Amino acid sequence: MTNPSTKPRDLRPNEMTIVEAARALRARELTVRELWDACATAAHAKNPELNAYLELFAADDTAIELAQKRIDAGDASPLCGIPLAIKDNILIEGKIASAASKMLENYTATYDATVIKKLKEAGALFLGRTNMDEFAMGSSTEHSAFGATRNPHDTSRVPGGSSGGSAAAVAAHLAIAALGTDTGGSIRQPAGLTGLVGLKPTYGAVSRNGAIAMGSSLDQIGPLTKTVEDARILYDTIRGIDPLDSTTIPDGLYSARQTAEHLRIGVPRHLLGESVNADVRAAFDATLAKLEQQGHTLVDVELPTSGHALAAYYVIMPAEVSANLARLDGIRYGHAARGAALLDDYLLSRTEGFGPETRRRILLGTFVLSSGYIDAYYRKADAARAVLRQEYEKAFESCDVVAFPTTLSPAFKFGEKSDPVSMYLEDIFTVTANLTGMPALSAPMGTVERDGKALPIGIHFTALHQAEETLFTIGNAVERSR
Amino acid sequence: MATTEEVKKLAALARVEISDAELEKFTSEFDAILAYIGQLESLEVAQSAKGGKPPLRNVMREDGQPTPAGTYTEKIAAQFPFSAEATKGRPEEGVYLEVKQIITHD
Repeated sequence: MTNPSTKPRDLRPNEMTIVEAARALRARELTVRELWDACATAAHAKNPELNAYLELFAADDTAIELAQKRIDAGDASPLCGIPLAIKDNILIEGKIASAASKMLENYTATYDATVIKKLKEAGALFLGRTNMDEFAMGSSTEHSAFGATRNPHDTSRVPGGSSGGSAAAVAAHLAIAALGTDTGGSIRQPAGLTGLVGLKPTYGAVSRNGAIAMGSSLDQIGPLTKTVEDARILYDTIRGIDPLDSTTIPDGLYSARQTAEHLRIGVPRHLLGESVNADVRAAFDATLAKLEQQGHTLVDVELPTSGHALAAYYVIMPAEVSANLARLDGIRYGHAARGAALLDDYLLSRTEGFGPETRRRILLGTFVLSSGYIDAYYRKADAARAVLRQEYEKAFESCDVVAFPTTLSPAFKFGEKSDPVSMYLEDIFTVTANLTGMPALSAPMGTVERDGKALPIGIHFTALHQAEETLFTIGNAVERSR
Repeated sequence: MATTEEVKKLAALARVEISDAELEKFTSEFDAILAYIGQLESLEVAQSAKGGKPPLRNVMREDGQPTPAGTYTEKIAAQFPFSAEATKGRPEEGVYLEVKQIITHD
């Protein structure tokens, strides 16, 4: 039975946050089944238009009943009974995990990713697998082999990417929250362009066991949610050291720093030149001013090598892509074409299986690693990466977080960034956190208007390794200021 | 400047094919990307940044708690694109992944 007087807002169940839904479930205002049905019904109704999900799963009655029993028995897990959307490059046993590629269109996961195992233990439910750029390579979902996802705020525009399906699903209330992956901004940029909170955790904070690898020195799994508190809940559930991913790190590996109640926000003004849209810049400055009013202080920081971060990223990432995607050869699983000889089997399977952007990055990676070029590109990029990290560590001596707008502009139109370099520039502010391994969060900072539509934009914060708590603090402050 | 021949050669190394129809576009886009990442050339990196100890290192652990043999065999075999004809109808011989003959005697 619903009792409107105890509800904070008159919400449909699928419009709730994790916190709201968890409360409503325990207040007996809502059953797990009703919550699932509300999300699944909305997803089935809206997905033909948005293409946020590549597949919507049938209701798992056993899991729904079990979650209800746990709640009835007083289980405190905030994710118990909460329906989530999962990016198509995270393995759920028995479900297809295609990474939005023809290469893996027919691949059924043989095991649960560690994050899925943890979510199942927490009682979470899975609505479906979400669209993305093929193998997480792109910033718009236009590189999906199964059609682009549309931005719920304006369906003539992209939702960002590569986790665009997860972002659109949550923004359109077709899931309570979602998981994405972030190699150069693939959680934070779509979160920014759809008005959500997106977190890329510290490198090693979350196990990648069961995530289809793209750039292994950069990839992290993280949440896309409606609020900062929801992001914290999901992050707390999926994080932790895992023997199945040797890059995971124990708590306290990096020395924690005590932060005061009011944070020092580093602003690299020298990087916010003409490329940031004027109204995005104005919203960014206004958000910072409100944070100042709350007692936080602004500090100028210099990050001189940042101008080279994207170039370094576009050397390191494709190098790792070309190595990681070498395993997809049409022999053991996935798309398998057969030709005259074994080499033809490889060539045909890979050529038919991979889309143009994937092939482009494989070629680029092959090039930058080839003898004669490795010093000029890969080693130089690796050195730039080390310098960037030192510069950020230095900057964090005078501040607790570094702030940027998440993107230069709001969501763009389909086909607008048809040349690869202009698409790559979408990630100009987000890639650095992947290169340095530092955690970063995008939170909504209002909207700007384009063609009569209000389009969300995000503010982006980076903190020291394992300082996610500081990001949640500043994220909460941004939420309070709105 | 990348040439179409160079792009073709890279593709062969990477075991993908770029069709003739795509080749011009791929080559010009490749050039644009190389021009962009080429800005790294202008970056001066201090010697100290080059030779330093990398912040990340490989983490090893002892082998242990092996999964019993056969636990995942069926699930993995179900994903094989081609299972060996030789053992079809004789499940007691197990499941084999079929690949082309690599060494020939001609």
